[in-house]
Amino acid sequence: MSLLWLRFALGCYFIGLVYAFVALSRTSDLFSRIAFHAASMGMVFHFVSLTELFLSGHIVWASVHNGESLLAFLSMAFFMVIYAIYQTTSPGVVVFPVVFFLTFVAAVDQQPVLLTQFVSHKGWLIAHIVLIFTGYAALVLSFGASLIYLVQERRLKSKKPTSLISFLPALEVIDQIGYRSLLLGFPFMTLGLLTGSVVAMTTYGRVDFLDPKILLSVLMWAVYMVMVFTRWNSGWRGRRAAFLATFTVVAALAAWAANYFSGMHRFGAS
Amino acid sequence: MRFQLIGLNHKSAPLEVRERLAIPESRLPDTCRDLTAFPGIEEGMVISTCNRVEVVTHTTNGHADLRGFLHDHFHLKAEDLDPHLYEFRDKDAVRHLFRVAASLDSMVVGEAQILGQVKEAYATARAVGAVRGQLDQLFSRAFAVAKRVRTETAVGSSSVSIASVAVELAKKIFGTLQGKNVFIIGAGKMSELAARHLMAHGCASIFVANRTYERAIGLAQKFDGQAIKFEDLYSTCDKADIVITSTGAPHAIFRREHGEQFLARRKNRPMFFIDIAVPRDVAPEMAKLDGIFAYDIDDLQQAVTSHVADRRKEAERAEAIIASEVEKFEARISTLDVVPTIVSLQDHLETIRQAEIDRVRGRMGQLSPEQEIAIEALTRGIINKVMHTPITTLKSAAKESEATTVVDVVRRLFNLQVKAKESSEEAAVKKDEVGTRR
Repeated sequence: MSLLWLRFALGCYFIGLVYAFVALSRTSDLFSRIAFHAASMGMVFHFVSLTELFLSGHIVWASVHNGESLLAFLSMAFFMVIYAIYQTTSPGVVVFPVVFFLTFVAAVDQQPVLLTQFVSHKGWLIAHIVLIFTGYAALVLSFGASLIYLVQERRLKSKKPTSLISFLPALEVIDQIGYRSLLLGFPFMTLGLLTGSVVAMTTYGRVDFLDPKILLSVLMWAVYMVMVFTRWNSGWRGRRAAFLATFTVVAALAAWAANYFSGMHRFGAS
Repeated sequence: MRFQLIGLNHKSAPLEVRERLAIPESRLPDTCRDLTAFPGIEEGMVISTCNRVEVVTHTTNGHADLRGFLHDHFHLKAEDLDPHLYEFRDKDAVRHLFRVAASLDSMVVGEAQILGQVKEAYATARAVGAVRGQLDQLFSRAFAVAKRVRTETAVGSSSVSIASVAVELAKKIFGTLQGKNVFIIGAGKMSELAARHLMAHGCASIFVANRTYERAIGLAQKFDGQAIKFEDLYSTCDKADIVITSTGAPHAIFRREHGEQFLARRKNRPMFFIDIAVPRDVAPEMAKLDGIFAYDIDDLQQAVTSHVADRRKEAERAEAIIASEVEKFEARISTLDVVPTIVSLQDHLETIRQAEIDRVRGRMGQLSPEQEIAIEALTRGIINKVMHTPITTLKSAAKESEATTVVDVVRRLFNLQVKAKESSEEAAVKKDEVGTRR
């Protein structure tokens, strides 16, 4: 049943996805409202799906299926928070496709699950997953904001009359969204990695830093830190910030992909 | 009517060409003097703004070589300049000038600054004696027409001026203008207006720098702002989020290295440069930096194009006003052309009348008051009756093309001497008298 709700949610997110593509070429207030309501509806279905899964007692926290569903939900939650503060749907241009993709993967059944049967401290594991995913969601948003920043910056620099009627928020607002997401995500990411280390320590008695998953995660965290630092210290934004954000996202994706070949943190047959 | 106008504007010439023709305020009087000294030109004045340079003249024969004047004065080759020039004569020149003053030819149709700029140019030319009779008439009318357009149409309302476009752009960069600082460089009218708009939208404080420190203080006081010495410009400029620059400097005052310094000190927070100076104050190289947004006068034009479309309707009404005003003016000016002839005709006949009365007095001796009155009434009546048809004919001929011929015939018939350069101002006064004497 939970899967059915998730597929309903997917249908709603699809409208968001179409919006994201249309918004790249033209502005439509009506469509942005439709997309926003569809996305809100999708979130409701998504929430029902997650709740039902949780109440059924069959939840496997560390499965790719559930993990991605949770990450998609958290990303949407971030999107809604930003909407509440800034009244803009433009981060949707990046957030909607990501959420759609994650939900799509989650809505296809028969996913491999992580090899977590040896984990003794389930509480740490849940904390690890939720924290890391919140960090990821913030990262996705920050990445989205930095891309939108580039688009808006280019529009303003091109000096075309359309730059005045562009649907994108003001440059500084986009910048704030990106920076706040970045700041918010960093502690989650850090704590997520720390709890992950605790899980590894309690399960394996050690943290193998040469393990591809851990190596890539640490790399991602380091770039994340560099991003926060350069932004705080010298106000890097625009192209340089987008470059760093892209790098961090690539590192995060690589760290995710490492689940398939890591010794300590990998998928197995359910 | 022998008006001739030559010029170029934002539509006919790119900024690079306009930059080469821009005349600083301080050199305007000399240019006007040079203009009136040029062969074939009786009166002349120059309008030089960021968007246009126009030479308006009243010539001796309607065929003055204004292109030659521009080539000589600006030391430019004909092939560089001529493709960008437009030239109007007589009625077309009047219409063009009316359209300029009424802000129908402006980059931002309906913006109010242009009228002020034309008025200043007129005052300057008048002060050096370059504008006297005919141009005086033309410009007085142009100002009245501009006022009429402004009050009778909505062209100037909710003005999409450069200033308000600048505010919109600033909002696209900064979101809210609350707490933002503004720096004005060069205390010009236009930058003052832009600053006023920005302050009205919540900008926090204002800095003013000008080559003449006293002017900076004057302007700063208006906004409760802070005057900055010009030499401290580069060390303080980074405090401002929005910089409005309009100096008369011949070269860019902000170069790439300045932009880099500002951004480093501002931790890369963006800066918005509104460069309304011609030649430009912000080097194109600096505008390429991430975080520097520089809009010059042509960019602002692009940004307002869409707004201009909304006003087309009002502009059409304004054009109709202009068309009728041009007709009226033409008729008036043509009448003025025959006024000197009418006046001398009246003077001539009056002289004859007085001479004849004196002759009668000599023959008849002392006249009684009653007789004096009767003779006075009789002679004046005869003259008025005789004069009636020629004057009416002259006035109606003035509106047609054969005016010159009729005037010529009348002058020859009565052997009239009309001062060649009698000012139209005097003529206008006398014209009223012509009406009352009869």
